[in-house]
Amino acid sequence: MITESDIEHIAELADIGISKDEVPAFTTQFNAILDYFEVLDTVEGKSAPDAGIVNVFRDDEIQPGLSQEEALANAGSTEDGFIKAPRVM
Amino acid sequence: MAGTLEFSPDDRYNAFITTCRQAPFADGPLAGTAVAVKDNISTAGIQTTCGSRILEGYIPPYDAYVVELLRSSGAAIVGKTNMDEFGMGSTTETSAFGPTRNPVDPGRVPGGSSGGSAAAVAAGLVPMALGTDTGGSIRCPAAFCGIAGLKPTYGRVSRYGLIAYANSLEQIGPMARTVEDVSRLMSVIARYDPRDSTMLDRPYDHRPSAEIKGLRVGIPEEYFGEGVDPRVGESVRDAIGVLEGLGAKTVPVSIPGMRHALAAYYVICTSEASSNLARFDGVRYGPAVDTRKSWHEAYQDLRLEKFGTEVRRRIMLGTFALSAGYAGRYYAKAQIARRNIREDFERAFREVDVIAGPTMPTVAFRLGEKSDPLSMYLSDILTVPANLAGIPAISVPCGKVDGLPVGLQIMGRQFEDERVVDAAYAYEQEVRA
Repeated sequence: MITESDIEHIAELADIGISKDEVPAFTTQFNAILDYFEVLDTVEGKSAPDAGIVNVFRDDEIQPGLSQEEALANAGSTEDGFIKAPRVM
Repeated sequence: MAGTLEFSPDDRYNAFITTCRQAPFADGPLAGTAVAVKDNISTAGIQTTCGSRILEGYIPPYDAYVVELLRSSGAAIVGKTNMDEFGMGSTTETSAFGPTRNPVDPGRVPGGSSGGSAAAVAAGLVPMALGTDTGGSIRCPAAFCGIAGLKPTYGRVSRYGLIAYANSLEQIGPMARTVEDVSRLMSVIARYDPRDSTMLDRPYDHRPSAEIKGLRVGIPEEYFGEGVDPRVGESVRDAIGVLEGLGAKTVPVSIPGMRHALAAYYVICTSEASSNLARFDGVRYGPAVDTRKSWHEAYQDLRLEKFGTEVRRRIMLGTFALSAGYAGRYYAKAQIARRNIREDFERAFREVDVIAGPTMPTVAFRLGEKSDPLSMYLSDILTVPANLAGIPAISVPCGKVDGLPVGLQIMGRQFEDERVVDAAYAYEQEVRA
């Protein structure tokens, strides 16, 4: 059973933002969905690596990429050719 | 014969988010053909939103590989089609740009999440369109709007430039009014691309053949069980009867893992989404984050404002399903269920060449009918197994119930897209004749 404070905690972990008036409906819907997911408790079998699968590697060759101008074109906030992000500290 | 196509459609069903009034085109097999592209596929110079406010105004600096291929085949890209936000829905109602309506009955949804592409084709605005299919998002709207749509084998079409929702499940695929056009568009987009590391070099070069004598068609009981409208089941059985009339043999098969399919699918897709959608933070693209606020506060405020409710619900579900203490119960179990389902299909395909059933358990819903998330999820039960197993699956129109289209779904072995196309083509040719 997921509580309203669990929902607020998950929203915090996901950096998703949640408004107070949404919490009750999200909690009810979450519990209905998790009840449905309980069918997974009856899954049989062990997790085992797939046999016969091989990695496909390629050489690490330099390929053309975006120019600095193109890479910055969609950024909301830039300074001296860098992307600006919110402060961490 | 290169030129410019004038495109000014009467978009009364809200099929498009963006239209290109002057669409240039080159020489090639599709020269001058209007093609619509779902709005989660990157188009250089044309806004690409994924149906979300969080990408409003985003102009990709590069083309997805499928778009490069379209352009070099001569197609005129005439617009970007409406979709459930980030592909998360089965109705196209979760789009931030308003719902698309079903051209067959505007009081009904077109299905989703590629509802804009399906409606644009069904309304005759374009002959063909690209969609994407993570859990049925090509086949569901194809069925609801009465057109054809193919989810290719996983690894057959490049995902380079597709804005990711659930990487291990999704494929770009063709939608059109006829199976022949689905096949033509597939020939253009199924080309090897080293930039998608999950691809194999298995190009599609095929002209559909209606010769299906001796084809063994598996009929899984699970596709005609509880929750499937009996009238839909009957239409599909009639269509399978048409295949038998053409010399196909039916064989009962079983996919017992189906009982876990939907839960496994929703655990896997939300888990992948919670990781993929972390990149939408207003720093590199989309409406700008307020850089004066602190890190978490700035992101939470922006994501609350710009993401719709269904997207936030799925990010939270995935975050929860992957969290310490729950990952074993949900994510790990879902992966085992996925492998079991794949093995069920492999076992069935030792006895049969294709598997047939309904695409959707019902006809198109009324607008607003699926307001509860779980009831919307449940409608995907017949389409998600093909995504979990990575196999090709096509939906082709097979009659109507209450005046609304029903889709016949035909699934095949991995990399046997040609065979499902042929079976659908044989059916289509026979009923059109």
